Amino acid sequence: MFPAAGRQVAGLLATLVVASFVIFGAVYAAPGDPAVFLAGGRDDLTPERLAVVREQYHLDEPFLAQYLHWLGNCLRLDLGRSFQYNDEVVDLLAARVPTTLALVAYATVLFVLFGVGAGVLGALRRGTWADSVLIGGTTLSASVPSFVAGIGLAAIFGVQLGWFPVTGSGEGFAGTLHHLTLPAVSMALGALAVISRVTRQTVVEAAGADHVLVARASGFPERQVVARHVLRNALAPIITMCGLVTAGMLAGTVAVETVFGLSGVGSLLVGAINGHDFPVAQAVLLLMVTGYIVITTAVDLAHPLLDARVKTARRVA
Amino acid sequence: MTALPAVLPAVSRRPAGVVAAAVVLAAMAVAAIAAPLLAPYEPDAIDLSASLAGTSGTHLLGTDASGQDLLSRLLYGARTSLVAPVVLLAVAAMIGVSLGLLAAWHGGWVDTVVSRLTDVMYAFPGLLFVVLIIAVFGGGMTTSVLALGLAFAPTVAKYTRSVARAEIVKSYVDAYRVQGMGGFRICCGYVAPNLARSVVGYLVVLFGEALMSLATLSYLGFGAQPPSSDWGLMVQQGQASIVLGALLPALVPGVAIAVVVVSFNVVGVWAADRLGTRR
Amino acid sequence: MLDIENLTVHLPGAARPLLASVSLSIRPGEVVGLVGESGSGKSTTAKAVLGLLPSGAVAHGRVLLDGADVLTMSPADLRAHRRHSVAMIHQDPRAALNPVRRVGDFLVERLMPVHDKRSARARAVELLDAVGLSDPARRLRQYPHELSGGMLQRVVIAGALATRPRLLLADEATSALDVTTQAEILSLLDRLRTEHGLGLLLITHDLHLAAAMCDRVQVMYAGGTVEQQEASELFRSPAHPYTRGLLDCSPSLDATGLPPHPIPGQPPSLADEFPGCPFAPRCPLASADCESWTPVPAALPGGGTAACLQIPVRSA
Repeated sequence: MFPAAGRQVAGLLATLVVASFVIFGAVYAAPGDPAVFLAGGRDDLTPERLAVVREQYHLDEPFLAQYLHWLGNCLRLDLGRSFQYNDEVVDLLAARVPTTLALVAYATVLFVLFGVGAGVLGALRRGTWADSVLIGGTTLSASVPSFVAGIGLAAIFGVQLGWFPVTGSGEGFAGTLHHLTLPAVSMALGALAVISRVTRQTVVEAAGADHVLVARASGFPERQVVARHVLRNALAPIITMCGLVTAGMLAGTVAVETVFGLSGVGSLLVGAINGHDFPVAQAVLLLMVTGYIVITTAVDLAHPLLDARVKTARRVA
Repeated sequence: MTALPAVLPAVSRRPAGVVAAAVVLAAMAVAAIAAPLLAPYEPDAIDLSASLAGTSGTHLLGTDASGQDLLSRLLYGARTSLVAPVVLLAVAAMIGVSLGLLAAWHGGWVDTVVSRLTDVMYAFPGLLFVVLIIAVFGGGMTTSVLALGLAFAPTVAKYTRSVARAEIVKSYVDAYRVQGMGGFRICCGYVAPNLARSVVGYLVVLFGEALMSLATLSYLGFGAQPPSSDWGLMVQQGQASIVLGALLPALVPGVAIAVVVVSFNVVGVWAADRLGTRR
Repeated sequence: MLDIENLTVHLPGAARPLLASVSLSIRPGEVVGLVGESGSGKSTTAKAVLGLLPSGAVAHGRVLLDGADVLTMSPADLRAHRRHSVAMIHQDPRAALNPVRRVGDFLVERLMPVHDKRSARARAVELLDAVGLSDPARRLRQYPHELSGGMLQRVVIAGALATRPRLLLADEATSALDVTTQAEILSLLDRLRTEHGLGLLLITHDLHLAAAMCDRVQVMYAGGTVEQQEASELFRSPAHPYTRGLLDCSPSLDATGLPPHPIPGQPPSLADEFPGCPFAPRCPLASADCESWTPVPAALPGGGTAACLQIPVRSA
């Protein structure tokens, strides 16, 4: 298993290097002087200001050296200064990461609970009206972009009914939960369809396996048959899918945090782009891509633990 | 679009859901084309005296904070909101189909390079890639459409590559080769047309996602810019009115997006099955 | 011990019954063979003993195990029956074991209600040892894909013995194995049968195998029993043309030098309806009367019965 895991971690690092290279190199794709671009491209730039930027990004050195300096700084958590907020980028991020993580975690709990639940229910009650309603409902919810869902939910449950706050992220655990409910629901809604569809299909396939019939023929209670022989076998693909969706949600926070005025990493990115604050945008993009790749690799690494056949297959490969 | 004539006559024989969705889409298309005839007002006609009016005989869907008629804006907005995803998919198809065909035809190192390239693109969320491009080049509809087109291209390339690999082993390809025809001519003249149905089906299924992605960018202020009445932008502009108790300015375009995406997904999946798209 | 009486099973939408008035009985320590082509109803008969008929199927008749009718059991009784009285050994051991669980889990799951976890593991080791697997303690920690087909079938048999059933149903239990492994598994089954006094229902398409293993053999065709005799008797003097046809199918080792002789035509599907004897369309002896004659078992001189119009009926 270890060589395989080593390969995957190496793949993770390689992808991260490519990603960071693209994110860094994007500066040079921008029209005009990179120093002006990095400094925010404002008109009132003084020569001193530009000199500071040139110095900070080693713009006088060769491209590769600049990249290595930048990468080294990132690894030392020195992500530069925000021109918009006049603050260290790393401090901005530190203040905002908890909200985003809480939001993604909350949304993940919701879509896992309801998505997997709906999928299992649909699979076990295949062909009934409940199955059709679940398929129809989740397909519908997947056709609503999260920002539209968010605004709809805010209008109904926030403004009309007044059950939930429509802005801010709240204090304390209960307050956070209360504030993040509508945003988390708007993000989870879009994921329900894909998760429930994958769950339904894998559970149906798992339930059709011969060994399930054997277990039933051995007189085990139906709950035990479903839990140990159907759901257990469907677990690996379901967890893989859940991991992918959660990873994708890191990027999805951009829209939902904007809808609900949450000061998380996503809204920071939107603000940075609108304010031409490229160092902040770079840092957030690097953080999100890193999170995405780490989560997908973690799911990949977990796969052999759930299905021993994968381990053998990888060892042989 | 060669597929449409093949699809339309069959709609009438399909389940009610597909027919209803097709009717909705047809209505939307007509609305977009005939917006100047149907719209009761100019989409950018400001009337501050009628700010945030509810539904009434004069404003069927009410007005926004500047007193602009929502129905008129919705009809005009259908033009950008429906056409932009088509352009986006065309960009994705041009890049994706070329790369996919190239990889399938050449095999070897070309195939390896294209496959690695698509794999790397798959390793990132497409939206982040698009946001990076916008951060560098600035927002706007053109940038958004091109960037999303690039982001959608790898999945089209991957699909094209897989169907093309199955196609080029067929004996007719060998027959042309024996006649001394060049690879480029066989690909463009004979292989590509045979794949067209299946690839169009694949693109049709992507339409909903393309529309949602574009609307999201416009909502964030990265896509369509005022005074456009793009639906995503309308939602953004209407959001502020929600706290004032006026839900229509945000919900009307929001519901329009959802209805079009649902309809397109229903029709798209059905059409993709008809067109022999592998899923 | 097992008495199936006139079991008829209908499936909605099928032209003919899945099982047509099948009777079968097994005494403790007895081996009964059930032989026929695929689709003849062998497996359905075995599944009926477990109360596992296809959904929607309507069954008439009785399936008695020690006097209790499986067909009318409550769900709880049925589970207890499947757990304790009968065990089935399936054709493909690789499909019978859950691929993501360990061999130990497969056995312990069957031992758990009676044993605590530790004694269940100890008992599992004993069982694997009893079915002749080397290094049983290590096997418990292995996954099915790490074992060969023959080893897996031993695991499945160990699992079948776990709950000390009185009746074993072996459904083509050796068909998926190679010949030497097949012989080992068969001798294992035979040894276990004598040691534990088990009844054994051996389902196979191989008449020679049935003849070697069984006390009695019952031949099925299109859901009905066409012939049943003592194994030796059936071999010496097969009465039903179908039985004879089956025997002619397999290449023989004796000096006759005759090539194998296939039965013409196809085994009937569920969509085929028969006004008379189902075998008539493929039967070399069929007369016009066969097309309308409903088969009734008639006694044979050597004991046993056969259902064929062309056999001179002798008073029993």
